[in-house]
Amino acid sequence: MFRSIVMVKQVPDTANISGSVMKEDGTVNRSKLPAIFNNEDRVALEFALQVKDKFGGTVTAITMGPQRASDILRECLYMGADSVYLISDRKFAGADTLATSYVLSEAIKKTGEYDLVFAGRQAIDGDTAQVGPQTAEKLNLPQVTYVEEILEMTDTHAKIRRKIDGGYEIVKAKFPFLLTVLKDAAEPRPFSAKRVMAYKGAKSLMDLEKLTEGNSLLYTDTLRHEYEEKNLFIPTLTMDELKLDADRCGIKGSPTKVHKVDSVILGGGNHIMVEPTREGLEKLIDQLLADHIFG
Amino acid sequence: MKKKNEIWVFIEVRNGKPADVSLELLSKGYKLAATTGSTLKSIVIGEKVRHIAEESFSYGVSESILVEAPELKYFRTLPYARILNALIVERRPRIVLFGATVIGRDIAPRVASFTKSGLTADCTDLQISDVKYLNQEYKELLLQIRPAFGGNIIATIITPDTETQMATVREGVMESHKIDNPNPVVIETIPFIKADEDDLVEVVEQHYEENKVNLKAAPVIVSGGYGLGTKENFKLVEELAHTLGGEVAGSRAAVDAGFIISERQVGQTGVTVRPKLYIAIGISGAIQHRAGMQEAKKIIAINSDPDAPIFGVSHYGIVGDATTIIPKFIEVYKSKLK
Repeated sequence: MFRSIVMVKQVPDTANISGSVMKEDGTVNRSKLPAIFNNEDRVALEFALQVKDKFGGTVTAITMGPQRASDILRECLYMGADSVYLISDRKFAGADTLATSYVLSEAIKKTGEYDLVFAGRQAIDGDTAQVGPQTAEKLNLPQVTYVEEILEMTDTHAKIRRKIDGGYEIVKAKFPFLLTVLKDAAEPRPFSAKRVMAYKGAKSLMDLEKLTEGNSLLYTDTLRHEYEEKNLFIPTLTMDELKLDADRCGIKGSPTKVHKVDSVILGGGNHIMVEPTREGLEKLIDQLLADHIFG
Repeated sequence: MKKKNEIWVFIEVRNGKPADVSLELLSKGYKLAATTGSTLKSIVIGEKVRHIAEESFSYGVSESILVEAPELKYFRTLPYARILNALIVERRPRIVLFGATVIGRDIAPRVASFTKSGLTADCTDLQISDVKYLNQEYKELLLQIRPAFGGNIIATIITPDTETQMATVREGVMESHKIDNPNPVVIETIPFIKADEDDLVEVVEQHYEENKVNLKAAPVIVSGGYGLGTKENFKLVEELAHTLGGEVAGSRAAVDAGFIISERQVGQTGVTVRPKLYIAIGISGAIQHRAGMQEAKKIIAINSDPDAPIFGVSHYGIVGDATTIIPKFIEVYKSKLK
């Protein structure tokens, strides 16, 4: 029996971004970008579910984010998570990894006992790979990053294969610990149709607030009660509920500041055109030989 | 308390040798230290690594801090982080630099969390400058420059209010060079104190792949992209690389298409290279790719699309069909060597 917690993140799809989606303070205007489930976090959830399939236990997914982050929590439920938590508060906005790991570590403490904490190695919006290790530090847990495979598990230890530069290593880690997994470590399972039917109506507190906005006939508290009865309420933890230090949250608790943002500009284009003919190539190769470019 | 004006570089030991990125950071640190009048120090942790501490003086350090113990043979997060945490809290250097490697990206965030330091990951450049931020003047801040959001943006990050500024830096983006008149070797040895927590994670075994691809050291790289169309056509890229005595590489799209293994991927999510000659064939030149090769001394682009962005970073451009140009290139090159 293993109690697993999985940290997941909703991220802007960074495939196509230009300066036009940046706000003046240098942070990203996320509302302008399509939001997706960070792929390595989905792999982390798959790892946790595999541990549960093999050894029994529970899987709890948590995310810190705005209201719409409940999308990925529903996806966690579709894949097989037993419970999910949305950690959300306006005061969390603008958090760097230090502030984020503070909030997440406090939220994890609140969700109860655990044996394993999983996360993706990094999220595609920042690519920092910092939240995992920083959460581990704050929970006083050992960390095993860059995990490729869990080779075996006993009641007390796990044997893990992890990537290192230039190769790999096998480590033996004692529970509890935190691990971050690589993208190719597992193939996330598809949604279970049965679970989609069961949980597609699951709503967080913020989702319910949105429903009641501008509708005088609906009350959030009543709705919340109804959703709790139906087991469709996604528990939502705010700064006050977690009794957090406001100075360590959001932009206030973030030591890293964006000083300047430059859009990448294409190079000058002062290249010499070479004709794709024998003569053209001869001239080019003569020049390169004269410049000692071939070594 | 007066702030210590020190720049520290964590020297990563890989298979008994200092990692290239650590030497690159020493050379960068040497330059930064010169602009601010700081003291550059190397931090060396491991088993029998005194020679590495000594070697760091060739790259300009004024002092080295050495922690040696048999228990430190393999990098393990907890004991290594504990050593750095204690040193940083006690001495509060202004700047601590790590390679953006597996080890650097494992330990730096943990140490930043403990010491409540600002940390920027995967920097591609570092500078020192006075900065005005939110109507406040800051002297000699570390500008931590990195691509963000898929490489479309270059962000300059500062950590104005933390005593220690930390950054991890990508391997290969800076150059290492030995200095002419190194300082005399001064090594401060710090004893290692064991703790129960150290054995929570044990290294059972390590495997380094022999003959691993070393694109970074290759003077000539011939790189192919999705534009080659088929794996068969991609063989021409390999043939040209072979003829020129260079290494073959590819873009992300070529790796995704199965033309080439991911170890040979050049670009933001692959390797950063700076060869003497880089030939890009059938590569459109997305920002992510250019980030990994634009520092090459000479770049030749071969592409059928005259508007491909790759030409913007090239020194020589050839517009046309790669499958006819490559054989011609090989033929002409061979005739010149005769």
